[in-house]
Amino acid sequence: MSTILSVRDLTLRFHTFDGVVHALNGISFDVQAGETLAIVGESGSGKSVTMMSLLHLLPMPPARIARGEALFYTNGTPTDLLKMSRADMHRVRGAQIGYIFQDALSALNPVMTVGRQIGESLVMHLGMDAETARKRAIDLLDDVGIPGARARYRNYPHQFSGGMRQRAMIAIAIACNPRMVIADEPTTALDVTVQAQIVELAKRIQRERGMTVVWITHDLGVVAGIADRVLVMYAGCPVEIAPVDDLYDHPQHPYTRGLLSALPRLDDRSRRDLASIQGAPPDMMASPRHCQFAWRCPYVFDRCWKAVPPYYPAGKGHATQCFYDLENGRPRTDA
Amino acid sequence: MPDPATPCGADNRKEILVRVKGLKKHFPILRGLIWQRQVGAVKAVDDVSFDIRRGETLGVVGESGCGKSTTGRAILQLQRPSAGKIFLGDQELTALGEPELRKLRPRMQMIFQDSYDSLNPRQSVGQIIAEPMVIHGDQNRTLSRQHMRNRVAELLDLVGLNPNHISRFSHEFSGGQRQRINIARALSLNPEFIVCDEPISALDVSIQAQVVNLFKDLQRRLGLTYLFIAHDLSMVQHISDRVAVMYLGRIMELADRDELFDAPLHPYTQCLMSAVPIPDPKKERNRRRITLTGEVPSPAHPPRGCVFHTRCPLAEDICSDKTPAYREILPDHFAACHFADDKGGSRIQEP
Ligand SMILES: Nc1ncnc2c1ncn2[C@@H]1O[C@H](COP(=O)(O)OP(=O)(O)OP(=O)(O)O)[C@@H](O)[C@H]1O
Ligand SMILES: Nc1ncnc2c1ncn2[C@@H]1O[C@H](COP(=O)(O)OP(=O)(O)OP(=O)(O)O)[C@@H](O)[C@H]1O
Ligand SMILES: [Mg+2]
Ligand SMILES: [Mg+2]
Repeated sequence: MSTILSVRDLTLRFHTFDGVVHALNGISFDVQAGETLAIVGESGSGKSVTMMSLLHLLPMPPARIARGEALFYTNGTPTDLLKMSRADMHRVRGAQIGYIFQDALSALNPVMTVGRQIGESLVMHLGMDAETARKRAIDLLDDVGIPGARARYRNYPHQFSGGMRQRAMIAIAIACNPRMVIADEPTTALDVTVQAQIVELAKRIQRERGMTVVWITHDLGVVAGIADRVLVMYAGCPVEIAPVDDLYDHPQHPYTRGLLSALPRLDDRSRRDLASIQGAPPDMMASPRHCQFAWRCPYVFDRCWKAVPPYYPAGKGHATQCFYDLENGRPRTDA
Repeated sequence: MPDPATPCGADNRKEILVRVKGLKKHFPILRGLIWQRQVGAVKAVDDVSFDIRRGETLGVVGESGCGKSTTGRAILQLQRPSAGKIFLGDQELTALGEPELRKLRPRMQMIFQDSYDSLNPRQSVGQIIAEPMVIHGDQNRTLSRQHMRNRVAELLDLVGLNPNHISRFSHEFSGGQRQRINIARALSLNPEFIVCDEPISALDVSIQAQVVNLFKDLQRRLGLTYLFIAHDLSMVQHISDRVAVMYLGRIMELADRDELFDAPLHPYTQCLMSAVPIPDPKKERNRRRITLTGEVPSPAHPPRGCVFHTRCPLAEDICSDKTPAYREILPDHFAACHFADDKGGSRIQEP
């Protein structure tokens, strides 16, 4: 497998009136071509900001990238997305990397028909003529499961239901056959039966087109169904990354372990109390000087308050930012 | 003393605290600016009947807009029903005027999804929690300031907050803590019955567990009865003794939790369960889903016959023609489907 995206030490802050928000604190991960990487974490952990910063979708200021790089590979040649010019980024967005937003209604242009919004990017990125683009757009609407695509082509976003809007967003994101698609909570606002439809659709499209997908969500149930690998974020830190089975079977970070046992499951009829994580996430106004989970961690010991833990390998393709060796039940012994 | 090992409310199972009979709530659709005329109605709740037993948690699930919140509000008479009767104990709430209802209000409370966002920022935690006691205090006994302070401290302790934080303001608390403040407020008048309307939906997973455990713990300690509304099936399954499944203003199925989830009768319940992801990659990989097509129709124009027939994998001619009766198919197991019987007549074959 080849690497398509390699993010290193991405550190980003928001400079606001109330102070500096340390939104991302040294995020590193790779995305392999053709895989689905899920990014999970609670509200405010930095999932959206991570992917939006790569595509220059954040307002700067207040956002400022303090350091880091994000290498996007084309035929083995890396380009740093963070250093790209406006014009170059414009070409990458849509053509190379598609973006599906959580809130389709505000991401779509309300005064342009859905069909034209798809057609426009075909004309712009692929240089299609208007008529070819129109036909292609109708095919795409059909492909994402919008009934009566020919008539729907002329509809405005508000004439679509929530699920159909999300389908239209997917059609726009995949229109130019990008190599990578970023889906930011594409199902969170939907009902569970519609969520299941969209997840199935996304899986089918990825299979057919061999696309790379980064899927942002806070739903560990959805992750279990779609991901090959998972990145867990907590308070702007990448606390664990692992192949999906390994993460659920052997979580190596106390936060991940806590999250998994805090979830009720439809297939579990016991009436045990849910294991809960005490306390709440920290505010991110201070630069981290130690593990950000230390306040809530049941395994905390003195070392956790002295430094931010580095990534420790914890199995094949599995790494965790924790000084405690959960598997063996003792602090790590390295220096 | 209730035995802590038995599920919440398993003792005195049969005493009915709340009875809902033929509840309807229709909202008129008006047209015209000055001379408004009614051109239709949103049938938010349409002929719903069920009982809630003392000490139990009755869960209500269903997709957005199916009428869960409207049901909760109508039971508490926060919105007067269009038709039907509601009883609390032997009192018929629907027959009472505002002054008599006011006397009963302390016995029933509601906790909303977003109510922790709407806590008054200029009030201290103590003032927020004491407010219902101030409003209703005169009719029971005149509460002294000292008495009230003690009671607030007791409530803070009960919901797991530090009683010393009584003078702090709500913005100084996290989302989960603010929901605790809300719960303390709802408990301040010693209610028997609480409608919990998506009380944890807006909270993060790690915080949801804390608050759900608190609900369960309070129920054990105070013998509370809950109507627990949520769209998260896994959570409802976890907390409920019995569960009602709603679709387009109607109850499709109601049964004991284990029976509902292990042997669902209604096709909609089966589809809903099949759509819920399970946080286990191996299970998810081997799962065969019954995928529903389309989305929920508008409650202003519900389908004729069975409201679910437009999406139902089992639908036949009769379903678009006749509304199926909501009936007891197995003991204590109700469903509204023409094909439901005790021989698996409404089972969807897995794809
Ligand atoms: N424009 C902004 N100005 C200041 N702070 C911001 C801004 N945008 C985001 N942040 C902060 O950055 C942090 C990360 O936000 P982000 O949107 O990435 O979270 P998330 O993990 O996507 O959460 P959610 O699940 O709620 O979408 C948060 O603490 C947020 O408050
Ligand atoms: N005051 C009102 N006037 C008109 N229609 C209303 C009113 N309140 C609710 N409705 C409609 O009644 C239906 C049921 O609404 P309700 O809020 O009870 O649904 P719900 O099941 O609680 O949904 P959700 O999961 O989104 O909270 C919806 O179609 C809603 O638009
Ligand atoms: Mg986000
Ligand atoms: Mg509601």
